[in-house]
Amino acid sequence: MVTMLSRRLLPALVLALLAPVLVACGGDDDGDTTLTVYAAASLKKTFEQLKADFEETHDGVTVELVLGGSSDLVSQIQGGAGADVFASADTANMDKLVGSDDQGQDPQDFATNTLEIATPPDNPAGVATLQDLAGPDVDLVLCAPEVPCGAAAQKVADAAGLTFDPVSEEQSVTDVLGKITSGQADAGLVYVTDVLAAGDTVKGIEFPESSSAVNTYPITTVKGSDHADLAGEFVDLVLSDKGQKVLADAGFGAP
Amino acid sequence: MSGARAVGLPRWVLVPALVGALFVLLPLVAIVAQVDWSNFWGLITSESSRTALLLSLRTSTASTVVCVLIGVPMALVLARTSFPGQGVVRSLVLLPLVLPPVVGGLALLYTFGKRGLIGQSIEVVGTTVAFSTLAVVMAQVFVALPFLVVSLEGALRTAGERYEVVAASLGARPTTVLLRVTLPLALPGLVSGAVLAFARSLGEFGATVTFAGSREGVTRTLPLEIYLQRETDPDAAIALALVLVVVAVLVIGLARTGRTAL
Repeated sequence: MVTMLSRRLLPALVLALLAPVLVACGGDDDGDTTLTVYAAASLKKTFEQLKADFEETHDGVTVELVLGGSSDLVSQIQGGAGADVFASADTANMDKLVGSDDQGQDPQDFATNTLEIATPPDNPAGVATLQDLAGPDVDLVLCAPEVPCGAAAQKVADAAGLTFDPVSEEQSVTDVLGKITSGQADAGLVYVTDVLAAGDTVKGIEFPESSSAVNTYPITTVKGSDHADLAGEFVDLVLSDKGQKVLADAGFGAP
Repeated sequence: MSGARAVGLPRWVLVPALVGALFVLLPLVAIVAQVDWSNFWGLITSESSRTALLLSLRTSTASTVVCVLIGVPMALVLARTSFPGQGVVRSLVLLPLVLPPVVGGLALLYTFGKRGLIGQSIEVVGTTVAFSTLAVVMAQVFVALPFLVVSLEGALRTAGERYEVVAASLGARPTTVLLRVTLPLALPGLVSGAVLAFARSLGEFGATVTFAGSREGVTRTLPLEIYLQRETDPDAAIALALVLVVVAVLVIGLARTGRTAL
């Protein structure tokens, strides 16, 4: 009886499951254009500013920012997420996009970022230099070597001839900062821009060895974008003097 | 029930039931389909994978034991006593069920962390919870405990107090009644509650990553390892995800056979 039932019901079932998809494909195009920008999470503040600027100069255009880890964003784009612009926090993830031939134009570098030591505001372990982080009494938190900020930390340590023994290897900069602002950890390595964005909740300490790991941010349009022209204009805005000023104010270096 | 003809379900019930089953099963099928079988064994037996799996099994076992030790008395109090504000207490105890695990992790951090509510007093004793395997177990207990309490409290209420009253009237002391009558009657509920708690501990991610951190062999459990591997080696992440699914299915399956045997 069940088979009979399912034979009768199956087409209806399939239709019911597909209905929302079919409706969505119709779209709700009422003259407004939505430009979807996939950007690394560390670009949140700057790209929100640029989004506002772009919408101001482009009537009827809404910029939708999708922020996340660069590797997540790449796999979503490769999975057909429908992004128009992709701004990566490192060249490795941009290379992945180029590797699957999903870039709409040649990626261009638009910013750089370097590491800085972050401690709780009162700096309980008295950290002053990169060497201090290798000390036995410092609860150090880093990003895992698998994620860009961890790879950069590894590079800095290698260049300085140091071996760190972190109490935790976190998934993201946010997780590292969380452990420091809550006072769980004594110090961590995050980007200059993260320290600036965190305001008074952490103390930033520059160190000369940071120049051995400069992170470059590339941007490109995505192949198959419905708004290729607009996407190109957004990339141009990021690369323009105006865009570069917004980025510099947030602590990013010039490419 | 034997011999009596079962009342048939209305046919239409099958449709949403089937949709629901598909909704749960299809993603599992998709995971299996994604697995890179030629390298599967190598991926799941790598040093870091084995370390993470072992840590997950150890911490989940420990947290299940803790859940039983403190969850059974909690369920007993909720099911067998009545006091003003009981409803509120029950809701609060069940709060971790609806709380995002990350929020649970933050709450634990502000309680037991280095600068937390009672973390400083713990530090005076000479230990810190921060970044230790103990923190992983605490995070797991926090999210898994309600599963055991709910499941056991339900079983206790269903079992009723008849046999307990009889045993007491025959002169059994409260402890004897509890150990010889109440708990044996509620054992199936206790077992399924413990299994749920174990499974929840095994899958715990948010509270762990927020409260305990992530370090190989100390705090990086299998879900954290999967999340990290995804960054660089999606194939390894999928292979490990399948291992996690298989372990969970095995535990639930074993508990089912164990329950029917009881």
